[in-house]
Amino acid sequence: MRLLRLASLLALAVAPLPVSAQGSVNVYNWSDYIAEDQLKAFEKDTGIKVNYTTYDSNEILDAKLKTGKSGYDVVVPTASPFFVRQLAAGIYQPLDKAKLKNWSNLDPEILAALAKYDPGNAHGVPWMWGTTGIGYNVAEIRKRLPDAPVDSLRMIFDPAVVSKFKDCGVMLLDSATDVLPAALKYLGLDPDSKKPEDLAKAADVVKAVRPFVRKFHSSEYINALAGGNICLAFGFSGDVFQARDRAAKAKDKREIAYAIPKEGSLLWIDVAAVPKDAPNPANALRFLDFLMEAKVAAASSELTGYANGNKAALALLPKDISSNPLIYPPADVRANFYTITAGTPEQTRERTRLWTAVKTGR
Amino acid sequence: MRLVIALPFVWLGVFFLLPFALVLAIALGANAPDSVPPVELGLSPKNFALLFTDDLYLAAWLTSLRIAAVSTLAALLLGYPMAYAIARAAPARRPLLLMLVVLPFWTSFLIRIYAWMGLLDENGLLNQFLRWSGIVADPGTLLGTEWAVHLGIVYAYLPFMVLPLYATLEKLDVSLLEAAADLGARPFAAFLTITLPLSLPGIVAGCLLVFIPAVGEFVIPDLLGGTGTLMIGKVLWDEFFTNGDWPLASAVAICLLVLLAGPIALFQRQQAKGLERRT
Repeated sequence: MRLLRLASLLALAVAPLPVSAQGSVNVYNWSDYIAEDQLKAFEKDTGIKVNYTTYDSNEILDAKLKTGKSGYDVVVPTASPFFVRQLAAGIYQPLDKAKLKNWSNLDPEILAALAKYDPGNAHGVPWMWGTTGIGYNVAEIRKRLPDAPVDSLRMIFDPAVVSKFKDCGVMLLDSATDVLPAALKYLGLDPDSKKPEDLAKAADVVKAVRPFVRKFHSSEYINALAGGNICLAFGFSGDVFQARDRAAKAKDKREIAYAIPKEGSLLWIDVAAVPKDAPNPANALRFLDFLMEAKVAAASSELTGYANGNKAALALLPKDISSNPLIYPPADVRANFYTITAGTPEQTRERTRLWTAVKTGR
Repeated sequence: MRLVIALPFVWLGVFFLLPFALVLAIALGANAPDSVPPVELGLSPKNFALLFTDDLYLAAWLTSLRIAAVSTLAALLLGYPMAYAIARAAPARRPLLLMLVVLPFWTSFLIRIYAWMGLLDENGLLNQFLRWSGIVADPGTLLGTEWAVHLGIVYAYLPFMVLPLYATLEKLDVSLLEAAADLGARPFAAFLTITLPLSLPGIVAGCLLVFIPAVGEFVIPDLLGGTGTLMIGKVLWDEFFTNGDWPLASAVAICLLVLLAGPIALFQRQQAKGLERRT
């Protein structure tokens, strides 16, 4: 999903802004994130033309929104730190919930998690959500460490464990906001801690395993896991599922598995929201309402392999998704989910600085 | 006539000076994450000052210089014999050989770098071949090392080295070499005393055309490089996209530009000298 952020950086320079016209809605969404036949159904039912464009990194969306006059009606940023930061910058308009008749379909638990960033859920509708965890090549891990703690953060943060997998390849997300909170969690500290001394301890954890990490990257691990070039990755649930499906189709049939760390996992939620300067705000609301239809959310979950924030959609999903504990984890696993807040610009800079130092071993 | 002369200046003004002024204005402002765009305009040099208080920027800059310099040298050592061979080939065959040099440009740069990933990866074609042929039983992984970055830069920028070298070598008067041979110089001595000095403008042009873009390169180190490869392009990306700090990112960009202006000026002088000599 977060493939090729470079390609989209190039696209940022050349992509024409969507043209706003009467009877259209400009949607800017992650690639492969909505079932296409549902979009056609929306166009047919409402007569509103959907100008659908995609991106593959939050950073690209953020830069476009922060430039102003993006021309988009509906965008889908990740709740933290992007949506919350954009919210603080006053980029989004409050939603007129009277016009959103499908609001009651939404999952109260996900809404509550989201309300931490967006009080009263005034600006955003939860779309897909997932976890951050451990993706691994079952055979290669078993060969090197038969009793590997695959469902524990020890798998990526305990040097005695990670060192066993150096030869078959380890990748971690290149993201201070995903890896440092996990390291804090591993140490038993508050994953949302902004205290410099806590973050320094977390940085030491990552530094200790750095010699065994081939690369920090936020999308390459999908192909690398699928192609057998690495055997262990710390990444996003849906990305690992993608790698698993691709590996299963490959000639030599690698088995890739995903585990949610038992210490807890960062819950990420992607949020559909309407920028203040949206050229077609009324159509934007109709589109949001369409996203909240149970069948639309269900069809999109089938496509992406992510859980959605739509409780009514659960009944429409095939059993292998709705009762898959890795996609819809049981309550005791969900209880260990954590979320993080954005922090001040100074804290962001310090964190990024620390992360660069960790990665380059300075 | 005047219009023709004005055109390059208008071009320079609209596509270089104006964007540069905008970037400079942002660099002198302050980060304002809660506004759109996230910049509070001002006239404060504090973003530039910050670049000197933190050794991250200096370290990234030095790594970039080192990687660019090594790659440029490698491109020169590889490109010179190529350019020489093309320049000495039968005139009828030269266009074909030149086209072969330029041919890779017909495919997207990004796709070609991705192709290198497929070649250099743990289970990539290179390692598959090494294992199959039995040359190396357990080859390491080239992808994710600084070697891969050098390889990528040399590969991507080699035509920029070959073409200017060819242009100077092709113009070289062969009778000078014949005269040297008549006077008893061995081919290698003739090369060192005649060909090499005369092709110096081509060497300088080729080296700068490779070195300058290589310093600011972002795509190649990101895709082929590994964890330890800290280049200034990546630092700039982090400031702009990860930290959302446009003013500091602009300050990094301006420093990059100013520090590259030196070699560019050198290049210009060399070109001007070359023109003088010819007239």
